[in-house]
Amino acid sequence: MMPRRYAALMLALTVLLLVTLALSLMAGKYPVPPATLWAGLTGQAIPDTVQTVLWQLRLPRALAAALIGAALSAAGAAYQAMFRNPLVSPDILGVSAGAGLGASLAIFLGLSMLWVQGLAFAGGVAAVACVYLIARAAQRHDSVLVLVLAGVAIGALLSAGLSLLKLLADPAVQLPTITFWLMGGLHTVTREDLPWLAPGLLLALLPLLLLRWRVNLLSLPDDEARTLGQHPARLRLLLIGAATLMTACAVSFSGIIGWVGLIMPHIARLLVGAEFSRLLPATLLLGASFLVLTDLLARTVSSIELPLGLLTSLLGAPFFLFLLLRARKPS
Amino acid sequence: MKRRALLGAALLAPWLAGARWARAGAPPLPTSFALYGTLRQQPDLRRLLAAGRPAAVLLYMLAPQAMLGWPARFAPAAQAEIAPDWRELPYLGQLSGRGSTLPLESVVALQPDLIIDTGTLNDTYRSDAERTARQTGLPYLLIDGDILLAPQTLRALGQLLGTAERGERLAAQAQAILAQADAQRRRYQAQSEAPSFYMARGADGLETTPAGSIHAQALELCGLRNVATPMGGAGLARVSPEQLLLWDPDYLFTHDPEWYSLAARSPQWARLRAVREGRLILAPGEPFGWLDIPPGMNRLLGVHWITQALAPGATPATTRQAVQNVFELFYHHPPSSRLLDAAARLSA
Repeated sequence: MMPRRYAALMLALTVLLLVTLALSLMAGKYPVPPATLWAGLTGQAIPDTVQTVLWQLRLPRALAAALIGAALSAAGAAYQAMFRNPLVSPDILGVSAGAGLGASLAIFLGLSMLWVQGLAFAGGVAAVACVYLIARAAQRHDSVLVLVLAGVAIGALLSAGLSLLKLLADPAVQLPTITFWLMGGLHTVTREDLPWLAPGLLLALLPLLLLRWRVNLLSLPDDEARTLGQHPARLRLLLIGAATLMTACAVSFSGIIGWVGLIMPHIARLLVGAEFSRLLPATLLLGASFLVLTDLLARTVSSIELPLGLLTSLLGAPFFLFLLLRARKPS
Repeated sequence: MKRRALLGAALLAPWLAGARWARAGAPPLPTSFALYGTLRQQPDLRRLLAAGRPAAVLLYMLAPQAMLGWPARFAPAAQAEIAPDWRELPYLGQLSGRGSTLPLESVVALQPDLIIDTGTLNDTYRSDAERTARQTGLPYLLIDGDILLAPQTLRALGQLLGTAERGERLAAQAQAILAQADAQRRRYQAQSEAPSFYMARGADGLETTPAGSIHAQALELCGLRNVATPMGGAGLARVSPEQLLLWDPDYLFTHDPEWYSLAARSPQWARLRAVREGRLILAPGEPFGWLDIPPGMNRLLGVHWITQALAPGATPATTRQAVQNVFELFYHHPPSSRLLDAAARLSA
């Protein structure tokens, strides 16, 4: 792809993100006329209620959606590059299952929301750490294959634990809370959450940005990469670490949101190709715009609020099938 | 090296500084009340939002004129048991942190003077309420839903909402109901003849609320013995038919009319002594469940029903009368004869 065309595309994606962010400030259940919105944006006096709606409810939510969408998509792109497989999503190593179990445990024990977030994060990281250690112990098999298989097994174990908690939870109060957590949503995100969410995600994104050139080498078989002077195992560990931290951090604030990490890298690949240093920025921007837009739908299409994870699946799965049917066999 | 340290500090700083918030000062309220945000100074609170079903029951009993709507849709039979003035209040959805169906912007648009929720006062719900108050800038009152605190809760909330007189009447009634239940429990204990019960739930009636669970509390308060043993959680337990035969409870309670008519006809359930001897009891569920569903103040009516119907010398006529009086006091409306018939069946 020509550099100029790439630059134009990046510009278009940035504009898309800004437009979706602006849209999500404008739309919602509380009617805010355009004139009031403009007054609010330019710092003029507006009613207190509108202030609350714009700066406490809409803006933190839209920003959180952008950050989480970008993080999940980038993690998805990293996982797909690492496993040399486009059908991989960030949950393949059990991060979502671990986070789900951690959050449900905190809800079951009646701990505060801070604990729910903390245990979700810890659960996600711990699950992937387990998978990685097991895969390293099983050295006689292909390392990537063992990672995936260990991920499946640990995921199954964690789901069993989750089922047990659901069985023991109070059906009138705790069970709905657990269920809704597992369906994901951003309506509990506050302004005070952003100073935690943003640095966490950026910190985890840093290794991906710095190593964006080298990630391409993972598409080669390990021994070939080694002849080029690389350490594919070390690189893989670093990528797994970064992508896991990113996903766990995002999920601990939003609950489980599926499909974003699987679909967004695909669309980005259609636009800019598979080269990771080009793919990553496009994926980040696309993922951010997509989740901002989906969250906008979640809070506006019906009189009640729809769970975000439900909507991303509803939009993501059909699109994925479309991609599958459309893909041509390599000639 | 220095640059790296600076970078690290810059990345860590927001983590250390973030997410500390001040709690607003609260007026003198009982310790079973937790208020987040500040109440506007005014003689009474005219616009109240019930966050969930138990809170709606509480508000409907105390101050229906101030309710903005219902958090859940009513079945037609239940709606008919609500007083006509409040039958048609809008359906709003419920507000409970993760499980919310009511968007926060709609809450802000409704501009309630106070959001009220009641239930288990654990840290999950406290931090949820606090967060919602912070996000919306609206005061949020969380009340311990323990039925044993009912007199205190009704009295204090009545005072807060400017319906002190009504609160006092309801509190006195709640106190009388709980005292009767306690007397019955002592009587059973003294004579060591507490009747046992099984609470049938689920499509096949083989799910139950184990002993100690809040969902079986109403019956246990009246001194009845739950045959299902505790299992370390508040969840539903699954039971095998064999186990049920072994337990052989004196009473079989259910809230589910479908399952009730099924069990009354099925030969499988006829093997149980309680069913054969006519002690399969359908607990009325209108306008709110009498024994549970939701586990709120609505259970006071159920406790009253059970103690009155099982009192020595009770007849269907005395049960009807006792239930009718309390129902009218609680729900501003006489119960339908269908409800009274169902209640009277327990003393037949």
